[in-house]
Amino acid sequence: MSAIVLLVTVPLLAALASVVWPRRAPDLVAGAVALGLGAALWLAQAVWRGGVQLVAPGGWGAPLGIELAADGLALAFVLLGAGVMAGVVLSARVEMAPARAGPRAGFGFWPLAMLLWAALNVAVMSRDLFNLYVAIELLTLAAVGLVALGAKPATLVAAMRYMLFALAGSLLYLLGVVLVYAAHGTLDIALLGARVAAPTDALALALMTAGLLAKTALFPFHVWLPPAHAGAPAPASALLSGLVPKASFAMLLRLWFEAMPDRATPGALLLLGGLGAAAVLWGGLRALGQPRLKLIVAYSTVAQLGYMFIVFPLSAQVDAWTGAVFQALSHGLAKAAMFLCAGVFILSAGGDRMADLRGLARALPMTGFAFALAAVTLTGLPPSGGFTAKYLMMTAAFGAGQWPWALVLAGGGLMAAAYLYRPVTALFAGERAAPARAVPRVVQLVPLVLALAAIALGILSAAPFEALQIGRPEGAP
Amino acid sequence: MSALLPVAVLLSSAIPAVATFFLAQDSHGLRNALTLGGAVVKVALIVAMLLAVAGGAAHEARLPLAPGLYILLRIDAIALLFLSLSAVLWLLTTLYAIAYLGGKPQLSRFFGFFSLCVAATTGLAMSGSLISFFIFFELLTLSTWPLVAHKQDAPSLRAARSYLAYALPGSAALLWAIVWLESLTGPVVFTDPPALDALDPASLRAIFALFIVGLGAKAALVPLHGWLPVAMAAPAPVSALLHAVAVVKAGAFGVVRVVYDVFGPDSVAALGVGTVLAAAASVTILWGSLRALRQTEIKKRLAFSTVSQVSYIILGAALASPAALIGGLAHLVHQGLMKITLFFCAGIYDERAGVKTIAGLDGLGWRMPWTSVCFSVGAMGMIGLPPLAGFVSKLYLGLGALEAGAPWVLAVLAGSTLLNAAYFLPLLFRLWFGTPAEGASGDEAAPLLVAPAVLTALASLGAGALAATAVSPLGWAELIVTGGYAR
Repeated sequence: MSAIVLLVTVPLLAALASVVWPRRAPDLVAGAVALGLGAALWLAQAVWRGGVQLVAPGGWGAPLGIELAADGLALAFVLLGAGVMAGVVLSARVEMAPARAGPRAGFGFWPLAMLLWAALNVAVMSRDLFNLYVAIELLTLAAVGLVALGAKPATLVAAMRYMLFALAGSLLYLLGVVLVYAAHGTLDIALLGARVAAPTDALALALMTAGLLAKTALFPFHVWLPPAHAGAPAPASALLSGLVPKASFAMLLRLWFEAMPDRATPGALLLLGGLGAAAVLWGGLRALGQPRLKLIVAYSTVAQLGYMFIVFPLSAQVDAWTGAVFQALSHGLAKAAMFLCAGVFILSAGGDRMADLRGLARALPMTGFAFALAAVTLTGLPPSGGFTAKYLMMTAAFGAGQWPWALVLAGGGLMAAAYLYRPVTALFAGERAAPARAVPRVVQLVPLVLALAAIALGILSAAPFEALQIGRPEGAP
Repeated sequence: MSALLPVAVLLSSAIPAVATFFLAQDSHGLRNALTLGGAVVKVALIVAMLLAVAGGAAHEARLPLAPGLYILLRIDAIALLFLSLSAVLWLLTTLYAIAYLGGKPQLSRFFGFFSLCVAATTGLAMSGSLISFFIFFELLTLSTWPLVAHKQDAPSLRAARSYLAYALPGSAALLWAIVWLESLTGPVVFTDPPALDALDPASLRAIFALFIVGLGAKAALVPLHGWLPVAMAAPAPVSALLHAVAVVKAGAFGVVRVVYDVFGPDSVAALGVGTVLAAAASVTILWGSLRALRQTEIKKRLAFSTVSQVSYIILGAALASPAALIGGLAHLVHQGLMKITLFFCAGIYDERAGVKTIAGLDGLGWRMPWTSVCFSVGAMGMIGLPPLAGFVSKLYLGLGALEAGAPWVLAVLAGSTLLNAAYFLPLLFRLWFGTPAEGASGDEAAPLLVAPAVLTALASLGAGALAATAVSPLGWAELIVTGGYAR
């Protein structure tokens, strides 16, 4: 399946090319994204018609060679990645152009974004624990690099802290992988699903999970996320918040639902769900008190990632799994839109404190509207992808007889409304004191398209729902 | 049976809504043509359906969202009651809004959300299942928020915040109730209410309470009414719409749906929640009226009057007797006609004479006769003078209370009527018998503003005077109830 190969090679070549010809990087990357978007759509129709698509580069299948496979879950994240990447690359053409952003950010952004994209695609399509390790490592390094583009000292400290958390996470994950290999002699997820259980499995799963939690920034491993995501340049933040945590979450889903569903004890599942609930509450509370828009949006990511982990205690319910993936997708779109909005506001008003935002929607109606639409999705109000996700997960919670999780979902929505209300009213409040600088129309339009896509995910949820069932793991714990 | 009709009715306001957002501020002609065109098409569609639906026909459309999650649109007699109210009043409010807002800023945004709001209310009226109802209920919240905040000054933003502070927790309660109930019974479709006999009564009572909290936040059920008087900061056409058609009615209509199509009157009686709901409605009726007495601003007094009057509909549903339901459903329309007249007039007083307070009404009647006659008709209807529309509603509610074995409701109705008179008659007295203040000015040389008020005043006269005929709201409500609605 050549689309899968393209989805990995095109970003890698584009990364290389934009290092070689840095001044042409925005155009090279735009071409690569157009090609990659086409490949993603081609893959989508192939999966929709023919089910799971496999490719084994070099002709060696698992367990000897590397195998990449696109099932419904992988396809969903590939499409999300391509869509968000297209939006980010379009709107970064002005802000991150080498001539404007300077040598550091202007030359660093483009290859790092492409590396990140390649790593994301591998991380969601690979079925081998070690390949996954390589992919997530590459993803983390690209992400840390993107944070470090923000040249302020505080941001560099944040990047360093991110790096430490991520490396510790990698180490834990790798330890787990070693234990698995020692016990079973294979790292292929499908083969592991059918393995004979070994005594070290529980420890291996715990180590790998802890490593991935640090990378996903689940509470209480979230402390690196807000300063890092808020400090990076806005287009980079959109990739960091919208895409990066989704890769490690997808790996967690594969580990717990496909590789070792038999090791998922009720206590462990409850712990994961409980951490998710704590993230929803803590992220929401902290977002309420933030003075700057990008910090509010970053803490909101902490909260929104928490929802997805409620899938674990509800894993016996089909709807919970689909709901969690819907949440990942709609959060990815809406959060990318929000960070790009924040970028537009900063370009136009020079800052992102509430006072800077006052009345900005009058000068930037499309972007103001986009921010409000993204807020609707994050709050989980219909008709939006966020609502579909929340409805599916609430139904699953009641179906499993565990209604307190539904309380977390409902309360989290109210908190999201509360912390997003401040920026929304500031944007739409009365007259603006200082004049707003003009921002190119394309840059204003991109977040609106992403926010509308998050809404469309709710209105047209039948097809994505069905696509997600392709190759969905049977082995729910 | 046609699946196209409900979709067409929905699109008649959804398409203008989306298109209007893309129009420039100064393309007045195109914007007005879109908004009015959609409203006229909708009324035409409804008129075309009336006879067939009266004969028992129903139109149904299903729009799938996800397995087990679909929007069910169904036009039957009860849907058409709310649908025709909203369609007709919207057409008139659009005319009024075009005249009222002419030349003010941000008109494309206003009319875009205005049409979106109609689309939501239309969808709400046609919703055939609980989850469809919830989706449109929330769409309504979202599309009315920008309308309330439209002026973007401090009071408007405060009003908008207060609105969401009630509406969003309300919607969380409603979603909670829906998902909880559906986890016990499967998806609830209104034409096929679930069997509840085997379920735990304590859970059912809790679910019912959550439903009422969720819907009551919109219907301004005391103590969830705080946002409504504050929302008066919105432009007059928005107030007219909030109070007569859209938001509070959505809540009241939802209560009717929950009592009759989700729980069913028998379960409501067996669980003992009907009496509690009737008591809550009665408290709201009296409390709203008492608070209205103390207001000095016209719009504030009208707002508290709405708090009180909308609960007549809830009372009619809660009593769960056929006559009470007829009275409640008829009042859904009657209150809409009378209250929109009053708000149209209050807006005219403000816009043409600069009068916002009750004291400013002195002697205005003779200078603005058309407006003031309409205002008087609306106010007397609210008091319940025969043969006006309000009298008919109260008569049926009273009969229904006796039928349901709840004679204490008569005392509530009597008390409310006295209070209605106490807070409306002073206004009428000032209008017609007060001495105008020095240098007072004001005229009504704005036919497009006055005409909608005259039409709604005439309609509320007609609804009362012709109540015995089949074409009146009461006749239609009887058709709904005798047509097997209240099983």
